[in-house]
Amino acid sequence: MLKRLLLFLSLSVFSVGYSFAQEHEAHEEGAAHESHATAEEHGDGHEEEGFNMGSMIMHHILDEHGWEFAHGVKLPLPVILYSKEYGLAIFSSARFDEGNGEYGPYVNHHEKIALKDDHHATVYDFSITKNVASLILSAVLLVLIFTAVAKGYKKNAGKAPKGIQSLLEPVITTIKDEVVKPSIGPKYEAYLPYMLTLFFFILINNLVGLTPGAANLTGNIAVTLTLALITFVIVHFKANKNYWGHIFKPPGVPLWLLPLFWIIEIIGVFMKPASLTIRLFANITGGHIILLSFIGLIFMFKNYAVGGGVWAIGTFMSLIEILVAFIQAYIFTLLSSMYIGSAIEEHHDH
Amino acid sequence: MELLTPGIGLIAWQLLIFLTLFFVLRKFAWKGILSALKSREDEIESALKMAEETRAEMAKLKSDNEKLLAEARSERDAILKEAKEDANRIVEESKNKATEEANRILASARESINQERASMVDGLKKEVASLSIEIAEKVMKKELATKGAHSELVSELISEAKLN
Repeated sequence: MLKRLLLFLSLSVFSVGYSFAQEHEAHEEGAAHESHATAEEHGDGHEEEGFNMGSMIMHHILDEHGWEFAHGVKLPLPVILYSKEYGLAIFSSARFDEGNGEYGPYVNHHEKIALKDDHHATVYDFSITKNVASLILSAVLLVLIFTAVAKGYKKNAGKAPKGIQSLLEPVITTIKDEVVKPSIGPKYEAYLPYMLTLFFFILINNLVGLTPGAANLTGNIAVTLTLALITFVIVHFKANKNYWGHIFKPPGVPLWLLPLFWIIEIIGVFMKPASLTIRLFANITGGHIILLSFIGLIFMFKNYAVGGGVWAIGTFMSLIEILVAFIQAYIFTLLSSMYIGSAIEEHHDH
Repeated sequence: MELLTPGIGLIAWQLLIFLTLFFVLRKFAWKGILSALKSREDEIESALKMAEETRAEMAKLKSDNEKLLAEARSERDAILKEAKEDANRIVEESKNKATEEANRILASARESINQERASMVDGLKKEVASLSIEIAEKVMKKELATKGAHSELVSELISEAKLN
């Protein structure tokens, strides 16, 4: 309940901020937004009108080309583009920073790359953005962590777990025994590797996302959508005839009602991945927006009392966000398991 | 709104990297971890089962022991009872025998006493007779002339007079 209230509040803050930002930016076009967006980081209070909460927040929760850890400290990342007009192009994101957002035929407008002469032409952007870099980093971290854990099991075979192995073993067994086993049923073992990967991937990215300067990966709808779609594909590839029968010929439904049921069931089928996508995305992004809004208050008011208040509330909210990081990873895994469980269930009790 | 429109690039990278991550972790991490966890679980389960079996066996042994003990106890009781009965019987028998013997001895003693007394009385009778005769003789010597007539009279008198 509290979570929903906070999310609602944060989304309303965000939407007000965002529309304000758009209005504001309509007045001053161009590269000026860059300095507004990052005003928070160097905390300069020279330009009273300069701080724009909405664009600051959007800058932090959206993706970008190049990884700006703090203002002025930017790691350039490869930009990979494909367009019909110019084919494949690979160059460093530093080129955009040098060229004031323009390089060759391309223009980087609010981290959305288009062609300079034709704004409506499609440019496929496969760049290693901040999020992709963070994605690779988290994948490498996960591989390092879990191969170390696996090594621990080989080394301490038949003995008590040690080190990182004993840190993660209760988490692994909790996912295995409390989430996957009861939700999927007797055939749960085949799905364990996926569920464990999913859980730890979401968890590590939720936690990484909370560190300052890091990417907001699990708060990006493309990421959560992809994860939800993988679950969706598994569900429908593994579904047995009970599942399909339940959708196309639910037992005990009169024939003339069937079309209505098809509509409802098919909406239900697509609702599941949609809810997975939006739940994780909204929770993580919402949390980031709340935190950033409070921090933004400092730069809006430039007042010690507000600063102190923000410090207290910000610390509290950060702790809540750590909790949310675990809860959302858990829920995504639990619901994925339940969807798979319902698709491979042998008997329906009706 | 950019926030709500998923970018194709990130979807592609996410799919590629997540699936790679999944296959790498499945091969190099989860397989080892899960099989180790499973074998440990099985080990614990079999150990628990063995403990349960051992406990059942112990209980069985204990009940067997108790049964044996109870049997031994009842046997001992039976033996004791028998022995006591035997002892009682022996005591009873010897008591009876002793009583019998005593009775017998008493009877024979009584008999011999009777015999003795009879012979004593006999002797006494004779003595009394001879004494009486002597007395009578002495008396008669003075008062009677013929000894034979008098002694006949005296023995007749004595035999008439029963001493009992």
